[in-house]
Amino acid sequence: MSLEMTGSDILVRCLADEGVEHVFGYPGGAVLYIYDAIYKQKSFQHILVRHEQAAIHAADAYSRSSGKVGVAIVTSGPGVTNAVTGLATAYMDSVPIVVISGQVSTHFIGQDAFQECDAVGITRPCVKHNFLVKDVKDLALTIKKAFYIASTGRPGPVLVDIPKDVSMLSCLYDYPREIEMRSYKPIDKGHTGQIRKAVQMLLQAERPMIYAGGGVILANAAPELNHLVDRLGFPCTNTLMGLGGYRASSDKYLGMPGMHGNYEANMAMQNCDVLVAVGARFDDRVIGNPDHFSSVSRKIIHIDIDPSSISKRVKVDIPIVGNVKDVLQELHTQLDASQSWNNPQSLASWWKQINEWRKTDCLKFETSDTVIKPQFVIQKLWEVTKGDAFIASDVGQHQMWAAQYYRFDKPRRWFNSGGLGTMGVGLPYAMGVQMANPDATVACITGEGSVQMNIQELATCKQYHLTPKVVMMNNGVLGMVRQWQRLDYESRYSESYVDSLPDFTKLVESYGHVGIKVEKPGDVEGALKEAFAMKDKLVFLNILTDPTENVWPMVKAGKGLTEMLLGSEDL
Amino acid sequence: MRHIISVLLENEAGALARVVGLFAARGYNIETLNVAPTEDTTLSRMTIVTSGSDDVIEQITKHLNRLIEVVKVVDLTDGYFVEREMMLIKVRAVGKEREEIKRTTDIFRGNIVDVTDRTYTVELTGDKSKLDAFIEAIDRATILETVRTGGSGIGRGERILKI
Repeated sequence: MSLEMTGSDILVRCLADEGVEHVFGYPGGAVLYIYDAIYKQKSFQHILVRHEQAAIHAADAYSRSSGKVGVAIVTSGPGVTNAVTGLATAYMDSVPIVVISGQVSTHFIGQDAFQECDAVGITRPCVKHNFLVKDVKDLALTIKKAFYIASTGRPGPVLVDIPKDVSMLSCLYDYPREIEMRSYKPIDKGHTGQIRKAVQMLLQAERPMIYAGGGVILANAAPELNHLVDRLGFPCTNTLMGLGGYRASSDKYLGMPGMHGNYEANMAMQNCDVLVAVGARFDDRVIGNPDHFSSVSRKIIHIDIDPSSISKRVKVDIPIVGNVKDVLQELHTQLDASQSWNNPQSLASWWKQINEWRKTDCLKFETSDTVIKPQFVIQKLWEVTKGDAFIASDVGQHQMWAAQYYRFDKPRRWFNSGGLGTMGVGLPYAMGVQMANPDATVACITGEGSVQMNIQELATCKQYHLTPKVVMMNNGVLGMVRQWQRLDYESRYSESYVDSLPDFTKLVESYGHVGIKVEKPGDVEGALKEAFAMKDKLVFLNILTDPTENVWPMVKAGKGLTEMLLGSEDL
Repeated sequence: MRHIISVLLENEAGALARVVGLFAARGYNIETLNVAPTEDTTLSRMTIVTSGSDDVIEQITKHLNRLIEVVKVVDLTDGYFVEREMMLIKVRAVGKEREEIKRTTDIFRGNIVDVTDRTYTVELTGDKSKLDAFIEAIDRATILETVRTGGSGIGRGERILKI
């Protein structure tokens, strides 16, 4: 059934037809018709943020935590430029979101009109795709394409730029049920011949290693990955983006690999004879120096949905292009039909070696009665939340400690900006996660540097009764910058000291939340318990932590994966 | 090594910018690029002449394929192909130079398409090396202006790039 509708009403109907329940956004001149249509509809809830960047981050985390496509609306000009950081963040981590931006009317485009910017041009390098809708008759099909492109293949953000006149003019509404694009045909199933070769290689492996990344989370393939690791008895490591893909409580789990990865994970990555990369992309923060990484002989099986991720930084032996879930399912089917692996003795001696590496106990740290150690805070957070919270992290040292010490057993529990490393995502991420999971225990791990990049969102939390618990580890310095300055710049701490901090307790109280300051190690556990007991409140813990603490282990930039510093004694 | 990459893409506003943006963003080299609609005007055919190691060329074709508006990509240099480029070159032609340029143009099977009492404009078609050779063959000091289309290419025989 077709109806004559305005562009704005068409947009709202399209979102309803896509099953959208929540939209994050901020109004402005070019989207006034759209906001008028939002006012008149009941199919989704609009969440008014306090800065467009936060709208995109919240939609991004909404998607990460639910698997649905996140949606945000911003106005033209500064609305779009503020959204760019959010888009680039989602693009780097392959998160499916659809962002609607207003644009000046079509006859004003190119005239340097008020609040005009070339949204499609500015966002082109940091979206999977974008559209400028010049005719209202194209709007419904474009929205359909946007959701289709965002959510299929390697997911990613899609921006749809809608000029004001297009949102005002009318045409018949007809939302296509199915879509077919001759130029875009995502592949799901992996090549069975390649998978057969992979199975043979796996069964002959003497020192196998499974290296699983964010693709496992995005493809909802955690059950298949857990089953694979368990049935083969191989060691497994999850990257920063893949935490929770394989359960951390398993004895087969070696921790995170990479720059701040576990010693045993890095040693096994380097010394294995068959490495199975599952939805991971051999990032520079994971493999260190690629020449050093490739200097040993090992076979690599690489499962990834994006052909351009394969043999980009490291040559692989068996590439398998496909959706991680589909490929792992086929792998299981073929394993079911195969003999058990050929080398139980080799695998046993490989585990013996790994357990030797494990004895290094690389995450040990010195506790203190006088100063609060950040690692201790995360350990206590894990205990108090029974390891079952949804953790949104900001970017910096606290992010690495969270990744190291909060042990994730489930996928879609850990939310951070892994690729772009965007400071300021923490609070909006916690909002998006809480919106998608209203009954969940949500914590935002942050620092006094990161949190101030989007602290205005405390007001959004108040307005919509979002009650994440903010665990701010306040060491008064930009910790990760400081750490690099100590290691590489002879301790010249250039501009890495955060002076004139606000009284955070008063600040959060003025936003209508609860603030607690924690100064002594003995008070950490009690404060966390108190905070999480206040289920209907946003509680902001300002925890004063040791400013001299560094993240260990560490592989310095440009170094090989096994050239690790285990602590300050290695400096 | 030099590669000639043919791309079939949607004839839509912005599609060219995505291709060019990809090369700029990832630091790939473009030697020449040309693009025009095909017999089906909803599609454009683009020829990119580029150079790089095998690894780089592999990444270029993969990234081109990743663009939503790109329908098909083929590296013509992987097989047999015909390459042609067209050049318009305006030269000073006075006195005995006029005969010399006319002769050279004939040898290269070019055409003189515009004549004044002081200039000739020569149209010449061929692969890159032929056009380069013509420039070498004439007196450089006589060259007033050159315009080259950049290479375009097509696979030989049954090698067809079509949807």
